[in-house]
Amino acid sequence: MSALETLDVEAFTDYLARHERKSLLRFLTCGSVDDGKSTLIGRLLYDTKLLFEDQLKSLERDSRKHGTVGEDIDFALLVDGLEAEREQGITIDVAYRFFATDVRKFIVADTPGHEQYTRNMATGASNSDLAVILVDARHGILTQTRRHSFIVSLLGIRHVVLAVNKIDLVGYSKDVFDRIVEEYRQFAADFGFKTLQPIPLSARFGDNVLDRGPNISWYSGPTLVEHLETVNVEDENLDKPFRMPVQWVNRPNLDFRGFSGTIASGRIRPGDPVVVAKSGRASTVKAIVTYDGDKPEAQAGEALTLTLADEVDVSRGDVLTTPDQRPEVSDQFAANLIWMADEPLLPGRSYLFKLGTKTVSGQVTEIKHKTDVNTFSKLAAKTLALNEVGVVNVALSEPIAFDAYTQNRDTGAFIVIDRLSNLTVGAGMVEFGLRRATNIHWQALDVSKESRAALKGQKPAVLWFTGLSGAGKSTIANLVEKKLHSLGRHTYTLDGDNIRHGLNKDLGFTDADRVENIRRVAETARLFVDAGLIVLVSFISPFRSERRLARELVEPGEFLEIFVDTPLEVAETRDPKGLYKKARQGQIKNFTGIDSPYEAPENAEIRLDTTSGTAEELAERIVSYLVANDFVI
Amino acid sequence: MSANRLTHLKRLEAESIHIIREVAAEFKNPVMLYSIGKDSSVMLHLAMKAFHPSKPPFPLLHVDTTWKFREMVRFRDETAKRLGLDLIVHTNKEGVAQGITPFTHGSSAYTGIMKTDALKAALTQYGFDAAFGGARRDEEKSRAKERIFSFRTQTHAWDPKNQRPELWKLYNARVKPGESIRVFPLSNWTELDIWQYILLENIPIVPLYFAAERPVVNRDGMLIMVDDDRLPLNPGETPENRLIRFRTLGCYPLTGAMESDAATLPEIVREMLIARTSERSGRLIDHDEAASMEKKKREGYF
Repeated sequence: MSALETLDVEAFTDYLARHERKSLLRFLTCGSVDDGKSTLIGRLLYDTKLLFEDQLKSLERDSRKHGTVGEDIDFALLVDGLEAEREQGITIDVAYRFFATDVRKFIVADTPGHEQYTRNMATGASNSDLAVILVDARHGILTQTRRHSFIVSLLGIRHVVLAVNKIDLVGYSKDVFDRIVEEYRQFAADFGFKTLQPIPLSARFGDNVLDRGPNISWYSGPTLVEHLETVNVEDENLDKPFRMPVQWVNRPNLDFRGFSGTIASGRIRPGDPVVVAKSGRASTVKAIVTYDGDKPEAQAGEALTLTLADEVDVSRGDVLTTPDQRPEVSDQFAANLIWMADEPLLPGRSYLFKLGTKTVSGQVTEIKHKTDVNTFSKLAAKTLALNEVGVVNVALSEPIAFDAYTQNRDTGAFIVIDRLSNLTVGAGMVEFGLRRATNIHWQALDVSKESRAALKGQKPAVLWFTGLSGAGKSTIANLVEKKLHSLGRHTYTLDGDNIRHGLNKDLGFTDADRVENIRRVAETARLFVDAGLIVLVSFISPFRSERRLARELVEPGEFLEIFVDTPLEVAETRDPKGLYKKARQGQIKNFTGIDSPYEAPENAEIRLDTTSGTAEELAERIVSYLVANDFVI
Repeated sequence: MSANRLTHLKRLEAESIHIIREVAAEFKNPVMLYSIGKDSSVMLHLAMKAFHPSKPPFPLLHVDTTWKFREMVRFRDETAKRLGLDLIVHTNKEGVAQGITPFTHGSSAYTGIMKTDALKAALTQYGFDAAFGGARRDEEKSRAKERIFSFRTQTHAWDPKNQRPELWKLYNARVKPGESIRVFPLSNWTELDIWQYILLENIPIVPLYFAAERPVVNRDGMLIMVDDDRLPLNPGETPENRLIRFRTLGCYPLTGAMESDAATLPEIVREMLIARTSERSGRLIDHDEAASMEKKKREGYF
């Protein structure tokens, strides 16, 4: 760029104008610790003159302190950012780097290659159009190469560079290169890559990174930078049907009502017909409003505000779409899911799902299989652990609009959020909607819950007794039911132990089975509430999220959580069934309070301190509560 | 390349607008930290674009250490007035009362008390659950791994090991009471992108970025502008007028100027492109040690 110094202001203004017209390519690099990935990125920054003098100085200083290449500059030190990882010598998170040439700006997602970092690679890949997969020429295709390629393909990347690095260490051998390329092409054949460009290079010495170098004369293809500059990743989203997830309803005054969002795919012009995907309401685009004035046309990737010709009900989370090719609308779909949390996925547990601009609660109903990311084989699974990948069925609390991820990355991707910790625990890609949701319609019944309850002169409810084993749940529930019965009320008790002899006899005591156990009981309780009954559920139900699931299945106000609060020492002393003793002796695994957690309720409707009164007194307190709150009329 | 293809600046702009809108839609009480610098100017411009014809649905917050350049303060007040936005100016009054200055307590303690602590106190006082900042990933190595939505605990601390994975455009905005998210809509912009965008969009910036004759003293190779008579002069030190400008703006006693005759935007960009000193080296606070920024961030500095 030193030529700039000779440009006069006018020529420089032209230069700037050219640079404003650059395109943008986002790519990720994947390779393991020793493949020289950080060195390659450092080399790209260095060769494209993106380093400043003081950075160079501190690089030279750091090279002497931490470097692994003797007196030379260790380019890896440029990009290994955090103190902790510099000391450990490994990259532990996704880092983003920037460089530019005269025609393109590049954003590089630098992701580590260890097995446990599948989640980082998926993160980097989610926003990339291309992947540079590094292979050490000395070692060839390794298990991790297969893993990287699988994840890259899963995340929908269609352009791949196979960078055969350290070619200097195999004597710049063409045979070695050809063999690696051949092997790679064979196993990557099914990955659906549109372009696959193998390049022999040496990141350390710079051969075939920016410049060709004198050592690889047998190679006639592009250098890495040449390829990155010219590869056509033309946004396929432009030619797809119009989609715009609405982010924000723009309402500055009564005369203006616009819908702000980023166009996910396709193009739009004023006068074009649009439909709200979920409701099916139709209108036409009145104007494309931006700060820089109304536009005659807009396309995928642009952030703008649309006004419509008709008063149509649209809110955040809705998807505006072209009428002739609409997204699917369903509350169930099959998806690829990558698990990203230490705590495993539990089917049946209630999570939040964010897809586009819509966030809804839902659950994974079934894990069809998990995929071994190294061998690509399909394995049966009851849960997904950190960094595991599987195909699952998802059921949401309400229908949403989506496309298959392979059709549209923006409207087919979702994240899974844990409702208690608020952490992002999973990343999903919709495969297809499950027709079940559209084919099983609710049968409308003439005799309603209200009419059934009215006949009984009561308000149906779930009394959910939760607490440790031996806390007194069943004893108190039994007394409450007797009292209600003598008052002429219609009740039913679902007891944990009894249910496990029948409906749930196929379930064990793992976390996954406990969740399913509760789900079935909660669904049963819901049916009984619908029948107009006061249902007493006596279950340890140790997890907050499952109790929340049960609560959300019935109408607000119908669920009364009763925390039978007994200290562990007291429950253990009582030990009516001798279970604590067995658990302490290791004869029972996963026993709540001993080696499995109990998450106490935070906002229970009723908390019973069982050391504060007799079972009879405590039961009476519940009945009084029911009378006071009109459950018993 | 197709004529339809969005340029890199258009794509960056759209990404930032998307981020800013997500925050407005998902948080209860967001705020935009406004530092008056060029990055803040760009961020504010993007916020104006994001909600047009509405105004941004959040206030601006400036943490005023009382040592900002006078031209910055003037520009700040004019900008808020011109755009019709709410501006909250917060100063650590205890720090002022205790006489904390960059000279008496050293740059590190001063920054900690008057900037970091003041910012945390303001965020707590107003109960903001999201705060936009203008930081970029290209500024400094430890920022390259920063999320766009950066989670902070109830004590505003940043734990690099406890950040949420960030995929696609799907930002997780969920926080518990007292927790917050720092949001960086300019994460993927470089310094050059910022300047090109300012040029393209004609965004007003503080005149201190442009070269002019200004009174300075030379301290350990750094040109410090004598912005008012509070700067203690060392024995034998006399301010002299030099043709200078600033690459970054902060507290005047801590911000080094560069000698330059670049008085227009294209000249600034040209100078930047042929510059041999990266951006943050104009700020004294980073010189302490290589990983100082990571340490500062853990404590809650931007």
